[in-house]
Amino acid sequence: MLTIDQATYDGIVAHAKRDHPDEACGIVAGPEGSDRPTRLVEMVNAAGSPTFYEFDSTELLALYKQMWDRDEEPVVVYHSHTATEAYPSVTDIGLASEPGAHYVLVSTREHGNNEGPVEFRSYRIVDGEVTEEEVSVVATLSPT
Amino acid sequence: MAIEVRIPTILRTYTGGEKAVDASGGTLGAVIDDLEGNHPGIKERLIDTKDGSSDLRRFINIYVNDEDVRFIGGLEAELKDGDQVVVLPAVAGG
Repeated sequence: MLTIDQATYDGIVAHAKRDHPDEACGIVAGPEGSDRPTRLVEMVNAAGSPTFYEFDSTELLALYKQMWDRDEEPVVVYHSHTATEAYPSVTDIGLASEPGAHYVLVSTREHGNNEGPVEFRSYRIVDGEVTEEEVSVVATLSPT
Repeated sequence: MAIEVRIPTILRTYTGGEKAVDASGGTLGAVIDDLEGNHPGIKERLIDTKDGSSDLRRFINIYVNDEDVRFIGGLEAELKDGDQVVVLPAVAGG
């Protein structure tokens, strides 16, 4: 199960709506081994595409170095689908490289840049196998 | 002195769980060959070989002292003792 606080959830949804019709992407970092997504980091989609996303390679290194310095890891890796359902594509599955992360998919196909509900779903992707999991949105993450 | 290579989570199965390992070599290609000697199987995850030529896999990023090696010669990039190499899979999808 993914447990995420409301502000972070809202931040991911807002990012996806803002970047529609291109795919939005980013991570939520958290203390290593904690499974607590505490620090939302919006990334630029270097592909700038409605059907593909990729972190810029220089920004990717900067992000990981920052996480290593802070003893963090990517707890959530998120991106949006803008014309299809919030389910990992074949490409998503093939390129998933963080077996410990929750892969969050948001679909903006219904309302695009506008107000309105989005699909927000979470998965584990390990060795090409996709397992959907429950998403629990809480007011604030409980202290460890 | 040696060259420290930072290994991403997904490839630590090849390094017995180690986050960083030492290697040696004068070019990135040589360092990867040296890594392969100690951690068999890892090279194939980094390099794509087809039609007799080898190149970095499209969705693997390797940095030498914070420079993306694609901008400094790829597998031919020159390394020296004390350099730091970081391997990071792309975060990408469709």
